[in-house]
Parts: sequence; structure tokens; C-alpha cells
Amino acid sequence: MDATVDTRPRFVPQRQESWLARLFDSKPFLVTLCMLPTAGLLVVFLTYPLGLGLWLSLTDTTIGQRGSYIGLENFQSLMDDPVFWNAVWYTIFYTAVATAGKFLLGLWLALLLNHHVPFKAFLRAIVLLPWIVPTVLSSIAWWWIYDPQFSIISYVVVNVLHLREHYYDFLGSPWPARWSLIVANVWRGIPFVAITLLAGLQTISPSLYEAALLDGASGWQKFRRITVPLLMPILSVALTLSVLFTFSDFQLVYAITRGGPFNSTHLMATLAFQRAIPGSQLGEGAAIAVSMIPFLVLATLLCFFGVGRRKWQQGGGND
Amino acid sequence: MTEPTVITAEEEFQVIAGKTVDEPERLSWDSRTRRVITVYIPLALFLIVLLFPFYWMAITSVKPDYEMYDYKKYNPFWVHSPTLENIRKLLFETEYPRWLMTTMGIATAATFLSVGASVLAAYAIERLRFKGAQHVGLAIYLAYLVPPTILFIPLATLIFQFGLFDSPVALILTYPTFLIPFCTWLLIGYFKSIPYELEECALIDGASRLQILRRITLPLAVPGLISAGIFAFTLSWNEFIYALAFIQSTEKKTVPVAILTELVTGDVYQWGSLMAGSLLGSVPVALIYSFFVEYYVSSMTGAVKE
Repeated sequence: MDATVDTRPRFVPQRQESWLARLFDSKPFLVTLCMLPTAGLLVVFLTYPLGLGLWLSLTDTTIGQRGSYIGLENFQSLMDDPVFWNAVWYTIFYTAVATAGKFLLGLWLALLLNHHVPFKAFLRAIVLLPWIVPTVLSSIAWWWIYDPQFSIISYVVVNVLHLREHYYDFLGSPWPARWSLIVANVWRGIPFVAITLLAGLQTISPSLYEAALLDGASGWQKFRRITVPLLMPILSVALTLSVLFTFSDFQLVYAITRGGPFNSTHLMATLAFQRAIPGSQLGEGAAIAVSMIPFLVLATLLCFFGVGRRKWQQGGGND
Repeated sequence: MTEPTVITAEEEFQVIAGKTVDEPERLSWDSRTRRVITVYIPLALFLIVLLFPFYWMAITSVKPDYEMYDYKKYNPFWVHSPTLENIRKLLFETEYPRWLMTTMGIATAATFLSVGASVLAAYAIERLRFKGAQHVGLAIYLAYLVPPTILFIPLATLIFQFGLFDSPVALILTYPTFLIPFCTWLLIGYFKSIPYELEECALIDGASRLQILRRITLPLAVPGLISAGIFAFTLSWNEFIYALAFIQSTEKKTVPVAILTELVTGDVYQWGSLMAGSLLGSVPVALIYSFFVEYYVSSMTGAVKE
């Protein structure tokens, strides 16, 4: 036999390494390639507009006309604007009351769903519906429920229960309108709170309750000492998100009252929209939107650090 | 689903204590009555309140006008002679089918764009482990906390400069600003759950990183992709303020905007058509939701737990 035949095993895999393949195996290139679409979209349509918004709030831009720098004039005129202050006040009130309502009722619903009830999975699915359906569309249903002449609530109270003489005027005067909007917002927010808290409840080990039971703890003690502390981490995140999105709410108010009657139910977001797009004062609208930022940052920090601390906030790993 | 709960613990305890499981709750007074009062009645009330607006929407949309506005003669909670007139009017006398198609197209395009970008970003952050990946992840999370209501004014001017005003492309490009952060965080969570060893094996076997992503990571992350996809679709279907600000011509509007701006005209509201429009506009998301309930719940709670 000819001994010159190379019978050594090949350790190097026979890959045709073109420059393209090598490029795709280099990590910096891959990272850049993977991050490019996200970074591009977020920088152009999120970071840049955020800065642009700050700039616009310092100009007198109107629709179709490039404005010039006017310093803090927009903010100064807002300072003397009772409509703006009313919107600030109502936004805070709306956020505070609606969030409290959502979390109290949502926690209650979560606790109820955590019992052994028949058709639990089905119930959980049904409960989420108000949150899934487009807000504007369910808001229109609420608008119809709040109709001055044909409100079904008024019908029940006046014609069925005979508790009142006249139909309610839900959206016709400031205070009833404000409360009506809060009720609709709470209705829409309960499912999110309930389902997230339910997920939190299900992670609590039943052995803790067993131990407490053996130690003779009452139902309230179990709730106060086991359920609440162990629910805190998920509660703080849900609270942060809920406060954030309630504060910057737009759809519900725009669909039901559009800020009326007499500008009494304007949120900062709806006022910004009204001034900027139909009113075409882009600069002033941007100033209103920018004034939301300090509140948002404050509310977020308060909820996030005030209510519950999580591992990675204390400098631990991110896992 | 295994869902250990408070009651299981108590039941176990009662079994140990020699009680039968038929007597589920307390040792005190009639436990069945107590359970009905503390659990079933509140639960039923919750369900009635949460579902009533949908019932009211549905029943109104099939009522003829003379019934809708006469509570004395007809019980408002029921429909005596149901009619499809409202729905017919909506479908054939307005541009509703067109609005539905537009919304569908925009939502689908925005979803694919966002999920595609998010998969790559999440893979880079979680798996390529480059320097500063954690900070990039945090920045993307912060982006999720920026509400659209403070962005729409500068975005409107930007869209105008790009010449995209009144074009569906404007919406397809701006929806990812809130979809990408959400999807990326969801997918990072999913990628975390895939054992790293699988990829190491593939690397040792000589697979390229792109092959690994395509053949190993992505197939394993399919549930995550579905979650991200349906969530993104729902969020874009529900989006309102951008669509309201960037689109002007009637035929290009999305369903939520069109119902509010085109169907609400004058002082007399056509409640029948409005309710029919709201109901039909909710059907697509409700359908998708009913098929993927578990994905929804897991992604919603997963994103919060993360």
C-alpha cells in the first residue's frame, strides 16, 4: 500500500468561510446589526421628538408656520390660565381617585378569583375583556350609558327602584361629569390590576398560610402579614404603570366629554391636544405636554421607590 | 393549571383535623352560606358590572329606533323585535369596511415591524452579551414609560416634515415607539428561559450565530413571539391619539378614530350605528384574544413581573 495517502482525521471542519460569513460571526458587527432597527426607530420617533417637544414649548410655532424662540412665554401665559390650572388639578384628582379605586377593587377581585371557584380559567378570561377592547369603543358605550335622556342607570334608579324623581344629568355639569369619567376609568382599569395581582397571589406558597393557620392567625392577620408583603413587588410595578398611564390618559376623556362641560373635565393631555391640533397652537400645546413631565417623573419615582423595593433596585443582579 | 390557594391549605388542614372536604371553609357557623356571601355574590356583582357595558352595546346595536328611545313601552334590557338595520347602515352607507381594512393593515404592518426589531434587539441584549447591554435594556424599558400623549405634538411636526402626514405609513412608523419597548422586554424574558447551554453546544459544533438564532433560539421562543405579536396587534388596534392627530382624510382613518369623528355628527347621535360600530370594531381583538387567552395573561403578568 502506498503510505503517502493522508489518512489523518480532519479536525478542521470544511466550511467555505467567505468574508460575509466571517463578518456575520464577528460580535460587534452582529450587535450593531441587531440593535440597528430598534435604535433607529426609537431614536428618530421617540428620543428626538422628546427633545423637539422641549424646543417647541419654547417657541410660538403654529400649524403651517415655523415659529421663533420666545423663551418661557408659553409657560408664563399658562401660569395665568385658569383652564390650565383646572386641568392640572383635575388630572391629579383623576389619577389619585381612579388609581385608588382600581387597586382596591382590583385587589378584591384578585382575592375572590384566588378562591376555588368553578370555571376559574373562563372567569379570568371574561374579566379581562374591558381591558382588551379598544378604550375609545368602550368609552362610547359609557357615553351612551351616561346619556341624559336615555341613561340606563337613571332608568333603573328612577323607573325601577323609584329612588329619584328626575334622571341624572351625568355629563351636563362639572362635578357629575368628573365622577362619571373616573367611574369609567376604574371600570376599564380593574381587570389589569386584578389579573396582575392574581398572578402575584399565585406565587405565594400555600405552606406559609398553613403555618400561619397552625399558629392561630386570623384571616386579617394572614392577609396583613403574608399576602400584602409578598404582593408588594408586583404591586409596586403595577401601581407605577397604572399611575403613569392614568395620568397621561387621553382617549377616555376625549371620547366621552372632550373636556366639557365648560372645560371642567380637561386632563392635561386633552388640553394639550385641543390647543395644539384643533387650535393649531403647537407651541402652547407642547408647553402643556412638557409640564406633564415633572409630574410623571415624580409619580413614577414615588410609586416605584415608595411602595416596594425590588432586588435589582438595591444593586443586586437583574435576574 | 395547578393553582395552589389559600383554600387548599385550609382544606388540607381540615382533612387532617378529621373534617370532610365537603365542608370547605370555616369551623364556625354555616360555612356554605358564608362562602356564598363572601365569594360568590361579590364575584357575580363584579362580573355584572364588568360585562354590562358590552351587553348594553350589543343590545343597543340590534334595537330598532322606536324601541331604543321608548323605555315606557319596551323594557330597555331586552330587545323585542331585533333588527340588523343599524349594522346594514354602518356597512353599506358609511366607509366602515374600509376603516376596518385600514386598521387591520396598519396594525399588522406595525406588529411585524415591531416584533422583528424586538427579536433582534432582545437577542442582542440577552444573548450576545455585549458591553453595556444592561444599560441598553434599561433605556428601552424607560422608553416604555414615555406616554404617547407627550410625544404626539412634536411627532406631528416631524411627520409633516417627512411628508408622511395623512398617510398610513406615519402610523406604521410611530406605533413601534410603544410596541418595541414592550415586545423587547417580553422577549428578553423568554430568551432568558432558554438554556444557554443549547447555544454553546451549537457554537462548538460550528454553527454561526445567525444559524443559532434561526435554528435554535427562535423556534424555542415561539410562544414568546406569539405573545408579543398578539399584544402588539391589540395595542396598535386600540391606539388612538396618533391616528387622531396624523390622519385627516375620511377614508384613511382607523376604526376608533373614524367612529368618533365620522359617525358622531351634529347634535343627534345615531346611537344604534355608534354601538354597532363599537361592537364590530371590538370583535377582531376579542376574537384574537379568545384564541390566545393564556398567552395574553402570561405576557401581561410576565411583563410586570420582569
